[in-house]
Amino acid sequence: MSNRITMGEKMKTYLKHPGSLILMLLVMLAAVLTFIVLLFLIAYILINGVPHIKPSLFSLHYTSENASLMPALINTIIMTLLSLLVAVPFGIFSAIFLVEYAGRGNRFIGVIRLTTETLSGIPSIVYGLFGMLFFVNTLEWGFSLLAGAFTLAIMILPLIMRTTEEALKAVPDTYREGSFGVGAGKLRTVFRIVLPSAIPGILAGVILAVGRIVGETAALIYTAGTVAKVPSSVMGSGRTLAVHMYNLSSEGLYMDQAYATAVVLLVLVVGINTLSSVVARKLTKA
Amino acid sequence: MGKISVKNLDLYYGDFKALKGINLEIEANKITAFIGPSGCGKSTLLKSINRMNDLVEGCRIEGEILLDGENIYKGMDVNLLRKRVGMVFQKPNPFPMSIYDNIAYGPRTHGIRSKSKLDDIVEKSLRNAAIWEECKDRLKKSALGMSGGQQQRLCIARALAVEPEVLLMDEPTSALDPISTSKIEDLAMELKKDYTIVMVTHNMQQAVRVSDNTAFFLLGEVVEYNDTEKLFSIPADKRTEDYITGRFG
Repeated sequence: MSNRITMGEKMKTYLKHPGSLILMLLVMLAAVLTFIVLLFLIAYILINGVPHIKPSLFSLHYTSENASLMPALINTIIMTLLSLLVAVPFGIFSAIFLVEYAGRGNRFIGVIRLTTETLSGIPSIVYGLFGMLFFVNTLEWGFSLLAGAFTLAIMILPLIMRTTEEALKAVPDTYREGSFGVGAGKLRTVFRIVLPSAIPGILAGVILAVGRIVGETAALIYTAGTVAKVPSSVMGSGRTLAVHMYNLSSEGLYMDQAYATAVVLLVLVVGINTLSSVVARKLTKA
Repeated sequence: MGKISVKNLDLYYGDFKALKGINLEIEANKITAFIGPSGCGKSTLLKSINRMNDLVEGCRIEGEILLDGENIYKGMDVNLLRKRVGMVFQKPNPFPMSIYDNIAYGPRTHGIRSKSKLDDIVEKSLRNAAIWEECKDRLKKSALGMSGGQQQRLCIARALAVEPEVLLMDEPTSALDPISTSKIEDLAMELKKDYTIVMVTHNMQQAVRVSDNTAFFLLGEVVEYNDTEKLFSIPADKRTEDYITGRFG
């Protein structure tokens, strides 16, 4: 490759235009800084947490000696599944309505879109307050996994709706035409052709939602409570991993365990992301 | 009377009048070509014949289209109409699923569940679309892995699988290379024995090669409709002559 631009030549051009040199340095600096912050954060958690990961941390019952995270881990999984169970069908169905059924220029769409955008901008503590007033007090569910799950479901609903909407819009109209063209009705076209093509996009939204559920504290402290064990039913109170961590660190007695818990949380989130991207790739290939 | 009769058809997209007073008789077991410059309404009329225009917001139709004497816009189930009047689109649009499932989608839609029956339909449709030999060993593979020409013949097979009476083709070769194009043309001429074919084309040579009758469209009107040979050799209208000799369009 004789016409390749060497580093020296590149530098010469940059020196001729000091403005672009400064800009290049600035964007490089920004990228490097971002990377370093992220790296520092992860390294800090790992260094402080990994040495404190002990088998006792995973014992089935929480005591004030072992500060076990196992109940919280199980609660997190239950909470995630419950919230998704409520939010995913609602989110997907509303998105289907918006994209496939509501006519373009339908005034209702504008209202729904405004509502979802507003909902996604509200701080989670407000959801927590609403959850406490409505689910916990008015419906008399008490501090419970169910109240927490419904609160989180409302919180992630806009996210799932928007990503599903985008995924459905990305399905080419030619698929719909092809389906209608052989005499298939709307219902069959949506569920057999459009929805399967949109699954990877929808899944991406669900993953983001899982991330928010796993990381949520404020909305849960007021609705699911902070009891450090697995409740006997969804009507019982229980803390998730993130809430568990918040409690450990706010009490100040279990900083080491808090870091260890953070490591587990980190691994969990990375695991979920990897798993879902693998699933998405499998689904798109089929 | 023809297989399809279009009577005093006006079509509006919102305020825009896209088709003006169309009258056409389309004969059974013939290939009828619609020619004309872009935006003249030929695709619009084609899409009216199986009511694909219903999907377009603000589209309004006056007048009538009769299929075997029945008004397709009054009291006819639109899904059954589209089963009887199949369509092949401008760009090949196989579904993102296997070749087999692409063909079986239509029959399954209309209630055929038996595996052996579906197998028969898939084979027959692919044979009729002259693509069986090329894909019989890869029926379970994704249809998106085929070439453009193969995909278009697959789409024809998909349309044939629901046993239509009429086949509408909207510029079926405009996205294809010459070899694939000639395969589709041969196929169309073969298929007219069993089906009534209406084909929109931009390509006048194609109309001459394959069609029996030709309608020339201009600005939403049918200027001339005649036997293809007559239309191209002794056009009755000055505008037709201008178009086919390449003076505009």
